[in-house]
Amino acid sequence: MSTEAADTLEISLQVNGAPVRRRVASRLHLADFLREELGLTGTHLGCEHGVCGACTVRVDGEIVRSCLVLAVQADGARVETIEGLSAAGTVGALQRAFHERNALQCGFCTPAMLLAAAELVERQPDASREDIRRHLSGNYCRCTGYQAIVDAVEVVCRAHRAGGIR
Amino acid sequence: MKAAAFSYVKPRSLAETFDLLERHGEGARLLAGGQSLIAALNMRLDTPRVLIDLNGLKELSGIRVDRDSIAIGALTRHRSLELSEDVSQHLPLIHAAMPFVAHAAIRNRGTFGGSIAFADPAAELPACCIALDARFVIRSRAGERRVAAREFFKGLYETDLRPGEVLAGGEFARSGVPYRYSFQELARRHGDYAIVGVAACARIGAGVLSGVRIAFCGMGPTPMLASAAAAALDGRACSRDVIAHAQASLAQDLAPFDDLYQTAATRMHLARVLLGRAIAQLTTDYEY
Ligand SMILES: Cc1cc2nc3c(=O)[nH]c(=O)nc-3n(C[C@H](O)[C@H](O)[C@H](O)COP(=O)(O)OP(=O)(O)OC[C@H]3O[C@@H](n4cnc5c(N)ncnc54)[C@H](O)[C@@H]3O)c2cc1C
Ligand code: FES
Ligand code: FES
Repeated sequence: MSTEAADTLEISLQVNGAPVRRRVASRLHLADFLREELGLTGTHLGCEHGVCGACTVRVDGEIVRSCLVLAVQADGARVETIEGLSAAGTVGALQRAFHERNALQCGFCTPAMLLAAAELVERQPDASREDIRRHLSGNYCRCTGYQAIVDAVEVVCRAHRAGGIR
Repeated sequence: MKAAAFSYVKPRSLAETFDLLERHGEGARLLAGGQSLIAALNMRLDTPRVLIDLNGLKELSGIRVDRDSIAIGALTRHRSLELSEDVSQHLPLIHAAMPFVAHAAIRNRGTFGGSIAFADPAAELPACCIALDARFVIRSRAGERRVAAREFFKGLYETDLRPGEVLAGGEFARSGVPYRYSFQELARRHGDYAIVGVAACARIGAGVLSGVRIAFCGMGPTPMLASAAAAALDGRACSRDVIAHAQASLAQDLAPFDDLYQTAATRMHLARVLLGRAIAQLTTDYEY
C-alpha cells in the first residue's frame, strides 16, 4: 500500500478460503464489505458501535467485531464468516446443540454466538458455566434469556473435552 | 450508523507517521485497535479527514522484560497482555485486570496504547498504570519524552499527548521486594466499563502494609490516585478501625459524578466497599 492517504484502496484477502480482490472505500467497515460486496449476509449488524456482537467474524483465526474493523484493514488477512465455518463443519456440533437445546428463537444473534462459542470450545473446553457466560458477555441475545445458549455451549465443551465431536 | 467519508493511510515507519501527522494536522486521527475510534466514527461523534493506521509499526508492539523494568508497546493487544506469562509474573495487577477489559472479541483488537491515549476514566488500564507508577514513552519528530502516568491524564478524555506525538508504550519498574496486588471491579455486565474499579498494591510484613498505592476508575474525570486512603493504611496493622478510616478518606481522594445509572453517592459507597475487598485480598488471599 502507498503511504499517501486515499479515499479508496485496492485490497486482496481470503474470505472463507477463497481469494477476493476489490477496490473499497476507506470508510467501509468489514461487516458492510462482507454483506454488501460479497453477499455474505450471515454476518449481522445490530448496533455498529461494538456493543451487541452480532457482527462477529474471524480475522486470522481470532473473533473480532466486523463493524469495528475497516475493510481496508483486512487487506492480506484471512477472514471467516458463519457461511464458511458452517460449510466446513467447524461449528457443526454447536449448531446441533443450539438446535437441540432451543438456543435460538429469531436467530439474529446466532451466527455471532456460534463464532464466539467456537473460540471458547477450542481454547478452553474445560470452561465452567460462569466462564461461558463471561466469554459470551459481548454477544446480546434479545430472545432466549441466555440459559439455553449456555446449556448448548456447555454440552459441546463437555463433548470436546471427552475428545468426541467437533 | 455509518462513518462519514475519510481517507486512510498505513505508514511503514514512525518517521512516515510523523510526516503524515504534520501534513494532515488536526484532520488526522491515529488508528490503533479501532475499538473506540471506529465506534465513534460510526456514530459520527468524530469526523476526521484522514485515519493514520499504526498497525504496520511493528516496533510499537510487544512486551519486553529487562533487568529493572518491563515495557509494553503501545500496539500490544489486550489479548496478548491477558495471555502473557511475563505480565502474569511481573505485572500481576495488570494480569488480574485484563479479563475486565471489554469482551473477548474486543480484546483481540484493542491495544494498550489505545486505552491509555483514549483515557476513558472508567477504563482499567489507566488506573493500573497509576497504581503501578508507570511511565509512558511518547515519541515525535523532536525525539522521545517520558511522562509519569499520574501526570499524563489531564481531564475527561484529555491527556498530555500533543499534536504530532505518538504514544510508544509504557514502562514499569520491576520491584525487588514482593508486592501484593488486588484488582476489584463492579460493572452491570461482565466486560462493560466499570461502574467503579480499584487497583491496589502494597507490601506486607508482620500484618503491616507499606508502599500502599491505590487507584480507582469510574470515580472522577480521570483515573484517580487515592493518596489519602493509602496514607491511612501505610505503616499500620490492618485493624477494622484502620480500614474504616481508609474508606472514609476516600471522600478526599475521589470526585465521582452522577450519570444515568448511578448517583455520585452510590459510586462513593461502592468505592468504599471495593476498597474493603481490595484490602482483604491484599492482606489474606494473595499467594506470592
Ligand atoms: C462494547 C465495548 C466495551 C468496552 N469496554 C471496555 C472496558 O470495559 N474497559 C476498557 O478499558 N475499555 C473498554 N472498551 C474500549 C477498548 O478497550 C478499546 O480497545 C480502547 O479503549 C481503545 O484502544 P484501541 O486500540 O481500540 O484504540 P483506538 O480506538 O484505535 O483509538 C482510541 C484513541 O486513541 C488514539 N490512539 C490510539 N493509539 C494511539 C497511540 N499509540 N498514540 C497516540 N494516540 C493513540 C486514537 O487516535 C483514538 O483517539 C470497550 C469498547 C467497546 C466497543
Ligand atoms: S454490529 Fe458490531 S457489535 Fe453490534
Ligand atoms: S435468538 Fe433472537 S436475538 Fe438471540
